[in-house]
Amino acid sequence: MNVILIAVIVLGSIGLVAALILFLAGKKFAVHEDERIAKVAEVLPQANCGGCGFPGCSGFAGACVKAADKGSLEGLLCPVGGQPVMEQVAGILGLKAEASAPKVAVVRCNGTCENRPRIAEFDGAQSCKVQQMLGSGETACAYGCLGCGDCVAACQFDAIRMNPETGLPEVDEEKCTACGACAKACPRGIIEIRLKGLKNRRVVVLCNNKDKGAQTRKACSVGCIACQKCVKVCKFEAITVDQNLAHIDAEKCKLCRKCEDECPQNAIHAFNFPPKKEKPASPPTPLQGERGVDTQAAPVTEKAAAPAAPATEKPATNVEPAKEQEKA
Amino acid sequence: MKTFNIGGVHPAENKLSAASPIRVAAIPKQAVFSMFQHIGAPAVPVVKKGDTVKVGTLLGEAGKGLSVPVFSSVSGKVNKVDAVLDSSGTRRMAVVVDVEGDEWEETIDRSDKLVTFKDLGNITAAEVVNRIKAAGIVGMGGATFPTGIKLMPPPGTKAEAIIVNAVECEPYLTADHRLMLEKPEQILVGVQLIKHAVNCPKAFIGIEMNKPDAIKLLTDLLKEKAAQYPGIEVVPLKVKYPQGGEKQLIDAVIGRQVPAPPALPINVGAIVQNVGTVYAIYEAVTKNKPLIERIITVTGKSVKQPSNFLARIGTPMQQLIDEAGGLPADTGKIIGGGPMMGRALMSLEVPVTKGSSGLLLMTEKESRRGEVSPCIRCGKCVTACPMGLEPYLLASYTRLKDWDGCEKNDVTSCIECGSCAFTCPSNRPLLDNIRVAKQTVMSIIKARHMEAIAKK
Amino acid sequence: MKPIISLSPHVHGGDSVQKNMYGVCIALVPALVASLYFFGLGSAIVLATSVAACVFFEWAITRFILGRERLTICDGSAVLTGLLLGFNLPSNLPIWIIIIGALVAIGIGKMTFGGLGTNPFNPALVGRVFLLISFPVQMTSWPVSGQMGYVDVETAATPLAIMKAAIKSGDASLLSQLPSSMDMLLGQTGGSLGEVSAICLLIGCIFMLVRKIITWHIPVSILGTVFVLAGLFHLIDPSYAAPFQVILSGGLMLGACFMATDYVTSPMTGKGQLIYGIAIGVLTVLIRDFGSYPEGMSFAILIMNGFTPLINTYIKPKRFGEVKK
Repeated sequence: MNVILIAVIVLGSIGLVAALILFLAGKKFAVHEDERIAKVAEVLPQANCGGCGFPGCSGFAGACVKAADKGSLEGLLCPVGGQPVMEQVAGILGLKAEASAPKVAVVRCNGTCENRPRIAEFDGAQSCKVQQMLGSGETACAYGCLGCGDCVAACQFDAIRMNPETGLPEVDEEKCTACGACAKACPRGIIEIRLKGLKNRRVVVLCNNKDKGAQTRKACSVGCIACQKCVKVCKFEAITVDQNLAHIDAEKCKLCRKCEDECPQNAIHAFNFPPKKEKPASPPTPLQGERGVDTQAAPVTEKAAAPAAPATEKPATNVEPAKEQEKA
Repeated sequence: MKTFNIGGVHPAENKLSAASPIRVAAIPKQAVFSMFQHIGAPAVPVVKKGDTVKVGTLLGEAGKGLSVPVFSSVSGKVNKVDAVLDSSGTRRMAVVVDVEGDEWEETIDRSDKLVTFKDLGNITAAEVVNRIKAAGIVGMGGATFPTGIKLMPPPGTKAEAIIVNAVECEPYLTADHRLMLEKPEQILVGVQLIKHAVNCPKAFIGIEMNKPDAIKLLTDLLKEKAAQYPGIEVVPLKVKYPQGGEKQLIDAVIGRQVPAPPALPINVGAIVQNVGTVYAIYEAVTKNKPLIERIITVTGKSVKQPSNFLARIGTPMQQLIDEAGGLPADTGKIIGGGPMMGRALMSLEVPVTKGSSGLLLMTEKESRRGEVSPCIRCGKCVTACPMGLEPYLLASYTRLKDWDGCEKNDVTSCIECGSCAFTCPSNRPLLDNIRVAKQTVMSIIKARHMEAIAKK
Repeated sequence: MKPIISLSPHVHGGDSVQKNMYGVCIALVPALVASLYFFGLGSAIVLATSVAACVFFEWAITRFILGRERLTICDGSAVLTGLLLGFNLPSNLPIWIIIIGALVAIGIGKMTFGGLGTNPFNPALVGRVFLLISFPVQMTSWPVSGQMGYVDVETAATPLAIMKAAIKSGDASLLSQLPSSMDMLLGQTGGSLGEVSAICLLIGCIFMLVRKIITWHIPVSILGTVFVLAGLFHLIDPSYAAPFQVILSGGLMLGACFMATDYVTSPMTGKGQLIYGIAIGVLTVLIRDFGSYPEGMSFAILIMNGFTPLINTYIKPKRFGEVKK
C-alpha cells in the first residue's frame, strides 16, 4: 500500500512540476507570428524555389510583411507567381499594387577594354567594393564599371553575366526580374532599373561619368562629355544633363533615336530596334570612338545649356508639363 | 620590455634610409594643395585663379565642423582651383600654384634658433591651442586627425598622460627617427607646449628598440636638462607591429586599454601625438609657421638613394623620386606611406600632403600578392590581430554577406593594420574583405541611428 | 608603367600552407627514423604505401571526381595525412588494408567535405579508426620492436594492453610486465610504428613550437590533463598504471603533438584550444581505463573534432579594451 502511495505521490509531483515548467516555458518563449505572414504565404505558389532570394515562400512572406510595415513592396517579387501574385500580396497587406510597367536592369557603362584603357592593375580580393576603395580603380574613370562582378554575384536569377571580352556585365532581359539587387550591389551605381519600353525598345546613355568633358575623354573614348547635343536634338524634352552627364527619361522618350545619331561620343545606345538600313546599330568599335573625338572639341556646359532650353520647347509636338520631374 | 598585450606581428624592418640625414627637397615648379588633406570636412578655397600667394598664405579656410585650414608652401600665382587627382585615386578640389621665387609671409620666423618654453613667457593654454588650430596642424603619422580638436578634451575627461608616438613601427619609414636625431630639443619644447595646452603633468615618448640612438639621445638630453624639461620620460618599447597604433601605444606605455568605439583615448586619460606633429606644433607656436612642409621618407629596395626629405607640401612625388635617384625600371607598386597601411598610388603626379609619411617603391616581384589558397583554419590571424578579433570569421561572414554576424563580432573595432593578411599562410585577402564589411556595417549602423532619430 | 594597385598591407610575412605542412613533415622525421630503426623494412613499406596512396587518391579525386583544374597535391597536406596515417598503423599491416585506409582518409575524411580546410575530422584519424573497427585483428597485432622484417614478425601485447589487463583484473602485479619508462621513452616497445618513440615525437613537437607552426596550448593541455588524471587514479588504486607510463604509452604523444594540433580540426583561439586539449585528455583517460578499447586517443580526438565548431562559436578571443560585464 505504502509503495503504491509513494509511487503515486512521486510521479504525481514530477508530473506537476513538469507541467508547471512547460506552462512557464510556453508563456516565456511563446513565438507570436504575424497572422499576415500565413495569409501571404497562402497566396504564394509554395514552390519554395528560393528564386525570390529568400529561404522558401514563408521567408518571402515574412519579408513582404516587414516591407509592408515600411510602406512599400518595392524590390520584392515572386518570380514564379509574377505580377498577379504580387497584386494579391499587396491586397492582403493593404497596399496598392505597384505599377505593373515591366522594368529591366541596364548597365550604364560601355567602357570596354578598347574604349577605356587600363592605367593600373588591380590585385586583391575580386570585389568591386574593394576596388572602389582604391579611387578610380584600374582605369582613369572614377564612375565606370570596375569589372569584378559584384552584380553577377548579387543576381539570384542568373540574369547578369560578365562578358570576358568587354569586361562588362551583360543583362539577360528574359531572365531579369528588375529586382534591383545588382543595382544595390554596384558600388558606383552604374546599373539602372529602367522601364523596359515599347517592344522592349530603349534608348539609353551608356555612361555614368560625372567628370568634365575633357577629363572624361581622357579616361574613355565613349564617355558622355555633356556636350548637350542630345538635349538640343530631342523634341520631347526627354534628355537632361545633370552633373556633366546626360540622362534620357524613359517615360518621355519617344524612341526617335535622333540623339543616338547626334552623340559625338557614341555614348547613346538603342536596344532591340530592327537594324537600320544605312548604318547598323552595332556596338561602337574603336574607330567610331575616334570619330567622336575628332568632331567635337571640349564644350563648356554652361554655354551650351542656355540656347538648348528654348530650342527644345518650340517645335515640341507633344509637350509634357512634368519638366521638373526628377529622374529615377 | 614594454609592449602591447594582444597580438602583433614582426615584419622585416628594412629601414634603408635610417642613416641618411634629412635633405631639403627642391622647391617644385608647380605645387598642388589638396583641400582634403585631413579627416573631416574639406577646406574651402579662398583664393582664385591669378591670385598671387606667398609661402604661408592661406589658401583654404577650415570647413564646417571637423576641419583645418590649408596654407601655401610656395610663392607664385594660382594657376587654377579645380578637381585634381590626389593620393586617394580620385579627383578632388585643390589649389594649383605656379611657383615664382620663394617669398615668405613676414609673420613667419625663419631663423633656426631654438625658442624654449621659457622664452614664450606667460603664454596661455588657450593661446597654444589657437595657434595650433590656426596653423592647420593635423596628425602627421598618417591619420591626419586635426590636432587642435584632440587638444581640447571633451567635458568630463582629463588628460593624465601625453604619449608621443615615436614608434614608427611601419617598415621602411625613417622620417620620425631622423627627426628625433636632428631636432631633439625642438621636440622636447613641443612636448612641453602640449603638456601646457592640456594641463597635463606627465608625458611619455614611446620609441621602439630598433632606434637605440634616438632613445639614447633623448634620454641623455632629459637627464642633462632635467630641470628644463620636467615630467617627460622616454619609454623604450619592444619592436612589434602595430605598436604605432594609437590604442596599442597607450596599452604599451601606460597599460590602459581604450574600450571599443565610440570611446576615445581621452576616456582613459591619454592623448597621443605623433613626433612629427609635436615638431610641427613647436614650429607653429614658437615660429608662427603654419604646416607647410614635412619630412618624408623616399625608399624602396631598388631606389638608388633611399632618403629622408624635408619637402614642401604640394611637391609632386615624381620630383622627390628624381632627387632620390629616379624611378627604378622594375617598379611595380608605388605606395604612399608604409607597406603595412600605406595606399597604392596610381600616378606619381600626386602631391605630398600633410599626412605623407613616406613614399615606397616596390619592385614588380615584391608587389604581387601570392596565390590565394583555401583557409586552413590555422588561427594565425586570430593570434596576430592586435584588437582580439577573428579575421577569418569576419572575412567569411563578408563572403556570406552576413552583416549582422560581422557587427556582433566587432568588425567596427578593426584598425585595418593588416596583421591578419600579413600573417595568413594561405595569402587570403582578409583585410580587403574586412574593410568591405566594416564599411557596410558602419553604414548600417548609421542608417539605424538616423532612423532612431527620425522616430523621435 | 602600369602600376599595381591593391589595398594594404603591401607586404606579406612569407608564411605559406606548404611551409606549415612540410614543417610538420620535417618534425615527423625523428620519429620516422626511429620507426625505421625499430621496425625496419615493415615500417618503410607501410609508410611508403600510405603516403603514396594518399597522394594518389588526393590527385585522382581532385582531378577526376571534383574536376578541378588546380591540383592541391603540392601543398603537402596529402603527404602529411599519409605520414600520420602510416604512423598509426602496425608495421606488418598488409598493403591492401593500408590502401583502403588511405582511400577512407582522403576520400571520406577529406575530399567529401571539399578538401583541405573544410574537413571537420582529422583525415588520418578517420582512416585509422575505420581500419581499427573494420580489421581489428590486423590492426591490433603489434609487432615487437627491433624486428626488421615485414612478414611473419613476432607480435606481443603492447604496454596499453598490459595496463588494460591490470585494470580489468585489479591485479597491480601485472604492471610489472610493463617495459621500463626509459624503454618507452626511447621506443623499445610494441605499438604502431610511429608512436613508440616518445622522445623523437617530443623533439618534433619542440621543433614545431620553435618554428611557430603550432602553439603550446593543445599538447600541453592534453599531456597535463592525462598526467593529472592518471596520477589521481594511480593514487586511488595502484592497479592503474603510473602517470609517466600512461603518458609515454600508446599514441598519446603522437596524438597530442601531431594529430590533435591539426589546424583544420582544432579550435582557433588559445582559450578554445585549452578546452579542446583538456577534453581530449579526459576522454582519453576515460576510454583507456573504462572503455572496451585499450587506446582512446584517436576516439578522443575525433570526438573533440566534432566539438570544434561549437568551441569556435562560443569561445571568443579577448577583445581589445573589453570590459567585463
